[in-house]
Amino acid sequence: MALRHLFVLAVCAFAVFPILFVVSAAINPLGTLASTDLLPNGASAGNFANLFGSDTYPFARWFFNSVFIALVASFASLLLSMFAAYAFSRMRFAGRRVGLLALLLIQMFPQFLAIVTIFMIFTRVTELYPAFGFNTVWGLMLLYLGGALGVNTWLMKGFLDTVPKELDEAATVDGATHAQIFWRVIMPLVTPILAVTALLAFIGTMSEFLMANVFLRDPESKTLAVGMYGMIAGDHRNANFGMFAAATLLTAVPTVGVFLWLQKYIVSGLTAGAVKG
Amino acid sequence: MQSSVDVREAARASAPVRPRREITTAFLVSRIAVLAVAAAILVYAVPPLIAAGSWVSLALLCAATAAIASLYLTRRFIPAKYLIPGTVFLIAFQVFPVVYTVTTAFTNFGDGHRGDKAAAITAIETGSVRQAPGSPEYGLTVALRGEELVFLLVDPATKQVSLGTSKGLTPLAGAEVGVTGKVLRAPGLTVLKAPEAAARAQQVSALAVPTGSGVIKANGLSRAVEGRATLVYDAACDCVRGNGDTWTADEDQGYFVNAKGEHLAQGWQVGVGLDNFARVLTDPTISGYFVGVLGWNVVFALGSVLGTFALGMSMALTLHHPRMRGTRFYRIALILPYAMPSFAMLLVWRDMFNRDFGLINQLLGANVDWLGEPMTARFGVILVNLWLGFPYMFLVTTGALQAIPRELTEAASIDGATPWKAFRRVTLPLLLVALTPLLISSFAYNFNNFNAIALTTDGGPFPAESPQVGSTDLLITYTFRLAFGAGGAQFGFAAAISVFIFTIVAVVSAVAFRRTRKQEEVYA
Repeated sequence: MALRHLFVLAVCAFAVFPILFVVSAAINPLGTLASTDLLPNGASAGNFANLFGSDTYPFARWFFNSVFIALVASFASLLLSMFAAYAFSRMRFAGRRVGLLALLLIQMFPQFLAIVTIFMIFTRVTELYPAFGFNTVWGLMLLYLGGALGVNTWLMKGFLDTVPKELDEAATVDGATHAQIFWRVIMPLVTPILAVTALLAFIGTMSEFLMANVFLRDPESKTLAVGMYGMIAGDHRNANFGMFAAATLLTAVPTVGVFLWLQKYIVSGLTAGAVKG
Repeated sequence: MQSSVDVREAARASAPVRPRREITTAFLVSRIAVLAVAAAILVYAVPPLIAAGSWVSLALLCAATAAIASLYLTRRFIPAKYLIPGTVFLIAFQVFPVVYTVTTAFTNFGDGHRGDKAAAITAIETGSVRQAPGSPEYGLTVALRGEELVFLLVDPATKQVSLGTSKGLTPLAGAEVGVTGKVLRAPGLTVLKAPEAAARAQQVSALAVPTGSGVIKANGLSRAVEGRATLVYDAACDCVRGNGDTWTADEDQGYFVNAKGEHLAQGWQVGVGLDNFARVLTDPTISGYFVGVLGWNVVFALGSVLGTFALGMSMALTLHHPRMRGTRFYRIALILPYAMPSFAMLLVWRDMFNRDFGLINQLLGANVDWLGEPMTARFGVILVNLWLGFPYMFLVTTGALQAIPRELTEAASIDGATPWKAFRRVTLPLLLVALTPLLISSFAYNFNNFNAIALTTDGGPFPAESPQVGSTDLLITYTFRLAFGAGGAQFGFAAAISVFIFTIVAVVSAVAFRRTRKQEEVYA
């Protein structure tokens, strides 16, 4: 038993030490890469203050953009993929198998290599509808919704398959429409998988860097990933490291929040979805 | 007449009795909402399309909106009602880009081949403009006519002012010229001051005023010169003449080529068939790298999946023990890496591996150039990926373990199996049934894990002799550099490699999925 604890502790140390390093850099008053040790040699909130008081980096704005995009995009993609999963799990129609397979395959194409095409599409969109073009959160959101179906749909379909079909049949006999079945019978039963997918989508969107980097050029419209990358790109790397570390910690806050909020559903959801994948 | 009514009534009677749905409020509201959304989309999207005159897009939009509205107003096609919302986005932002990318794999699209032939000819001709000998040098003033940028040109000999636009040159009356030869005021125009003009320097240098024999272009912000194209396209021979040479259009290459086989820098987009694919396979500098990169790519993806799975699972198993204490605390510590923003942590890890002031060297008291040597860099990126990925596997396995009844392992131990044997023969196979699909998608994900490489090593370290391919390059980072790198964009070729990557991942996943199904038959 002692050996087990030793093993777990070792892995915990591996898991925690980079985070400890970030914390140390964040509260280190000097806040450069070279001056940071694993254990902080002083404490101040200076880096956090700099972050919010900075003229070059509108951090609060980035933070808002990121959380806003992640929340709206993951909520919308959750809804879209849940609709699709319901159809794939409960209805039998021509093209069902092909559709499921196609979803899986399309996801495997490295999407961002289509970035030239996406760039061209959105150049046109920017001309016609500036509100959904480059440098806008709505345009980026549309792009993210392109990936709403796919892995999520598979995960949810797997979970839905485990919900007994008799429930819908009973509801149909009672005269419920398909829409009523979906909203009143199915949705309340699938909260665990909704929680998992929401979390995965949220984490994925918060960390998405590549598309956002192409999309958002204007300092005011950037997300955390794009903005913070700019913070330590080039010559600023060493000097801004303290601020970067502070920003990293703050970025983790919404994720941890969503995680705690959804925690009780997550383990059961992950398994149940995984079983039928 | 009478008989036909009878037939209809008979048909109605024989049809199964369907319960007539009541028209509820929700029903009405949803219909109205669908119509409203359709109308809103049309009201928002149509005017710009009309203004831009893109009638095809307009027709497509109207047809699509009508189809969607009618779909939700009828009671048929129920599956489609649920599938359409996601599918619309999927088609617009995934399928269409992918299909378009695949079609570019059959073209030479890239730097020097961006536009069509007419654009290439224009670029060649305007690019070859040189000042004509003996042509006047005009005094230039930049002005605005409404939103349009125009030139006010003062002839140095006659002091005559002309208005130059992209349409041509017209004499301008009533302009007031200052002592420096700059125009101070002109009727109906806004004369720009020097800093304002400088702010539009790009527009200024882009404006070419055609004249009878050439074009007038700005030379700085206060002078303009008349120049002539030294290269001129001749439609009769489909060639470009000038500078004592002739370049003939070669429709296979998309270039104007001369007798010596040299080509002009500007070309146009043409289909090249399977050339790009053939180049991946046959060009020794490419195929040599390709196999090497593919090999490392497989190692990286497998290493990431197996490593994270092994570590995550062993943690889950250790904590699953009934007499284990403090699991709550351990669980939080183990999940922490998953909650941190991965893009930022990749950058942090990159800095921890730094030779001069990185944490790892500090802790170990070493002076290893971790990301500068091929083997340590490869080890490094796998380690980073292990750190980022194992909490997910830990979560998933913890979940799957709850579903395996403890009696099974207890029975095995009563039968005299060692814990290791019980794990090998009972727990692991049951876990794998549940987790293989996730392992496969994790493999597919890591196979194309652009961020993990781009944000840590960026493909490096690069050997001195091939600055194109680094030791930690995955196919996807390598392709990205090919497509957008300093060596000039080669979109067509990059698209061909994407198709290869896609094929590899798809085949591996398909094979793995087939094997899973067999496994499920055995153990389930």
